[in-house]
Amino acid sequence: MKEIRLHGRGGMGTVKAAEIIVNAKVIAGGYGNSIPFFGFERQGAPVTSFVRLDEKPIRPKTQVYSPDCVIVLDPTLRKAVDVFEGLKDGGCLIINAEPGSTIESLDLVPSVGSVAMVDATGLAIRRLGKPITNTAMLGAFIKGTGWVDLDAVAAKVEEFWGKANADLLREAYDATVVLQLR
Amino acid sequence: MSEIAVMNGNFAAATAARLARPEVIAAYPITPQTPVVEYLTQFAAEGNLGSKMSEVESEHSAMSILSGASMAGARCYTATSSQGLALMYEPYFRASTLRLPIVMNIVNREMISPQSVWGGPQDSLTLRDAGWLQIYVEDNQEILDTTIQAFRIAEDQRVLLPINVCYDGFYLSHMTERVEVPTQAQVDGFLPPYIAKHQILDPARPMAIDPLTSGYLVMEYRKKHMAAQAAALGVLAEVDREYESLTGRSWGGAIASYRMEDAEYAVVTMGSVTGACREMIDEKRSRGIRVGLVKIRCLRPFPREAVMRALSTVKGFGVIDRNVSFGWNHGIVYQEVKAALYGADRIVPSVPFIGGLGGEDITMDLVSTACDTMIEAVDAGKTIHEAVWLWSPRKGVKL
Repeated sequence: MKEIRLHGRGGMGTVKAAEIIVNAKVIAGGYGNSIPFFGFERQGAPVTSFVRLDEKPIRPKTQVYSPDCVIVLDPTLRKAVDVFEGLKDGGCLIINAEPGSTIESLDLVPSVGSVAMVDATGLAIRRLGKPITNTAMLGAFIKGTGWVDLDAVAAKVEEFWGKANADLLREAYDATVVLQLR
Repeated sequence: MSEIAVMNGNFAAATAARLARPEVIAAYPITPQTPVVEYLTQFAAEGNLGSKMSEVESEHSAMSILSGASMAGARCYTATSSQGLALMYEPYFRASTLRLPIVMNIVNREMISPQSVWGGPQDSLTLRDAGWLQIYVEDNQEILDTTIQAFRIAEDQRVLLPINVCYDGFYLSHMTERVEVPTQAQVDGFLPPYIAKHQILDPARPMAIDPLTSGYLVMEYRKKHMAAQAAALGVLAEVDREYESLTGRSWGGAIASYRMEDAEYAVVTMGSVTGACREMIDEKRSRGIRVGLVKIRCLRPFPREAVMRALSTVKGFGVIDRNVSFGWNHGIVYQEVKAALYGADRIVPSVPFIGGLGGEDITMDLVSTACDTMIEAVDAGKTIHEAVWLWSPRKGVKL
């Protein structure tokens, strides 16, 4: 089983992105669940969502505490939330990184085994005119992990939000830089 | 034939309601039930819901409208949570004592105060003695399947009682997972239209319903109501078997046991914590610990004999409650299970646990610790009378 934690802000579509990952896994014949953590949420406040993916039915309906992968939809969240909390050793970080970011500038912790980064905010503003980064970050997630299929996610994204978002997804997938750290 | 879909618990409930073709729906939105109402109005707007949908100004009105509609012979559906259920209390009780087979999902939410919108079945459990049937479920597939079955159980002439299918707020209502959805034709074959026979509001045939009634007759009504509750256990089992032949899925009836065959110890659960406990049981078993699980599905009627039988051979058990019974210093399900065991051949040690109030997570670590605590007490031959609290380590002030 793969466990994923998504960090976003209210209004970025964090919960919906988690649901799309589950959709893509189920379409491929697998199983998944996603549970949003609802805090005192409002626009702009930190939002967390949890995803589990497996080839067999998933029984726990609990939050995720030791993720295999963490997805960070907004680079400024690093100042507000410990996004690495509980990350498994060798775990994967999918991060919305400002242009010019490097491994050094990302200020990682030793448990991170690989990084997939993309300037999701910049891409989203160019394609959508607003910094809604969930679809771009789905592209980075697929490139960084390969756990779900790009075409399946693209179809679901287009169904929910239209072609511009599906194009953004594919552009972000192509633009994502994946670095193996060990 | 059935379709494989991905949906949250609220969508599963709304989909089940749509497939059951209720003639009247009346509902008022309240977190975390709100999306159920949104989905149903969306179905109506798309032309996919044949029901008369009444947008009411309160839950009290919702249940009152459905009571009238049910008396006029309509199949009825609604859903609510916590404070909405509390506001509905007056017509809630009357719907059951009038023997109206209304189906209502309760999206379990903690009762305030302090102010909380998050999960916990305190709302419906507190009303366990108001005469409704109550079933509690563990995942989204079970929400969908059980809500469809609920119409059959409630409307059965041997039962004729309203029914709640209860599921944990957020942990199920907002959790998205794979769900198999039966076709409309399958559901139509399983669930024929409701035809009211006992009381009918019809201007062509005037009938007095619910006149001032003497205590002697009130006692007779209550005795028959209790008999109908008892009959519901058999109907629930029948309906489960028939649904299994249709879809391949059985939920076990009033209780569901897991790895209890040779179990020395048992953990008793209800609701969405059950899945984590199944996982925990497998882990303990892999280390040679003979522990099993008993999930309570049907709380009303309480399956006294089934619970007694399931726990008859263990050395002891623990019960995980996501609620409190004030004055008992433990949870409600523990109290119910203990009462059922009074007629057993022997009294075994037991441990009550309370956790997960107000949406707190009952983690894998917590259910594992609960199991270890229970085994330790049972091996020492000791019943713990006051609840052991399952605190998550991450935050909060312990009082």
